Amino acid sequence: MTEADDKPLWGPAAYLLLVRIWMRAASQYRVSLVLTTLAQFFTTCLDLIAILVIYTHVQTIAGFTLPETLYLYGTTRLAFALSDVVASGVENLATMIRLGNFDLVLIRPVSSLAQVLADQFTPKRFGKLLTPILTLGWALHALPVHWTVLKGAVCVGTVLCGFALYCALWVLTGCVSFIAVDAQEVANSFTYGSENATEYPLNIFGRPLGLALTFVLPVAFVTWQPSLYVLGHSDPFGLPGFLRFASPPAAALLSGLAALAWRACIRHYRSTGS
Amino acid sequence: MTLSSITEPIILAEGLTKTFSSRKSAPFTAVDGIDLRVAAGELVGYIGPNGAGKSTTIKMLTGILSPSSGLLRVAGYEPQRERVRLARQIGVVFGQRTTLWWDLPLKDSFTLLQRLYKIPPSRYAANLAYYTEALDLGPFLDKPVRQLSLGQRMRGDITAALLHDPAVVYLDEPTIGLDVVSKHAVREFLSDLNRRTGTTILLTTHDIADIERLCSRVVAIDHGRVTYDGSLADLRADRDLETVVRELYLGRSLVDTTE
Repeated sequence: MTEADDKPLWGPAAYLLLVRIWMRAASQYRVSLVLTTLAQFFTTCLDLIAILVIYTHVQTIAGFTLPETLYLYGTTRLAFALSDVVASGVENLATMIRLGNFDLVLIRPVSSLAQVLADQFTPKRFGKLLTPILTLGWALHALPVHWTVLKGAVCVGTVLCGFALYCALWVLTGCVSFIAVDAQEVANSFTYGSENATEYPLNIFGRPLGLALTFVLPVAFVTWQPSLYVLGHSDPFGLPGFLRFASPPAAALLSGLAALAWRACIRHYRSTGS
Repeated sequence: MTLSSITEPIILAEGLTKTFSSRKSAPFTAVDGIDLRVAAGELVGYIGPNGAGKSTTIKMLTGILSPSSGLLRVAGYEPQRERVRLARQIGVVFGQRTTLWWDLPLKDSFTLLQRLYKIPPSRYAANLAYYTEALDLGPFLDKPVRQLSLGQRMRGDITAALLHDPAVVYLDEPTIGLDVVSKHAVREFLSDLNRRTGTTILLTTHDIADIERLCSRVVAIDHGRVTYDGSLADLRADRDLETVVRELYLGRSLVDTTE
């Protein structure tokens, strides 16, 4: 056996392989797949309709116009939907651990995280992407922003960093499953909850909660801070300007933290029963 | 292969211990200082009553669980720390659960495993052809796994654990729930595999006939400690194996009966 041949399959390659096979398994039930994909699309439309309804009554919310709010909503939604597509297999982890199937993950010669992220992958998750893409597209079209290269980069970076941050959050919530098998619901309130919070201008929650969301859970970096820069808004909380560009280090930091936490969880995994 | 890897036992455990601690109850020692040396090519029956620590041992040997203390080497690897690398040297069959993709044809699981284990295409084709013949997989290779009978599924699972030519195979109750014909087929196959390829096999089972038919060596544990380690012939002496095993499980010392 040669040296190169001895290396385990690269994590992302293993992930894509597994995603392919899960998608094929899911497409065995074609009608169900089409219906649930449509359901995903319509559910995500509802939030958007709620925002539009509010703006039929007011010109601005906390100083933000409709296109600005839709920009916040679109970037957050897109970042989250991408992470949802890629990483929400983590939601099955608690069940896998409880039923003992996580043992099977650990006997494979590829990254355990890749296997868990890909678990039960279904094409219906793509249904969540459509609304954010349409929303963001419309917001970008309607915003009176004078686009520069830097603003464009910050806009793309917002989505990418948000995506990385949410993926890290998914992994961290997975870690909660190792500690308390029934705690997945608690964990969901962090992923879904934090997403719902950052869809709106943060200052509608008032200063204490806004600050808490900025620093306790770094989700505020997802869209809020970089979007203030793109939209040309000053920070209603008066936080220093460098934070507008803090998304990449914040994303890198949380991703690193999530990777370390995952490794620690695997090391201390207890397995169940026989 | 170097000389040392031939002379060194393929499974080496010294003082292997696993203690589970919990906030709610007292610490529980599932495996309590096990010493085990298995040479390459052995077929060992690993037996003991329910809750004796068999599964915990196997989970440490595969790297699923980290030992609390003691030394452990499998195929030259430290299982927990080098789990991903070790995985390609071992095959695992859990009788009570399947590693196959439920909704997909059996063959799709094998194709995926080829990629995950990086099995060279020629080797994969030869192995698949061999196992299809030896385990008579032909009639259901294209059927979704959920439609297979338990016996068929088990034959699929055994193939899945062997396609990458592992040096060590752990079989956890591979004949559980199988009918007489399937049990016989699985036993014949394992015995032949061990003889033909020299694959080291560690087998846990509650079926006395599995031990009788397959294992030249028996290791028994109870309360996490080894209570017998020797040849099947010595264990049985001139008595009925089932009686001996029952006495062993009840915790009676075998020393006075064999000496």
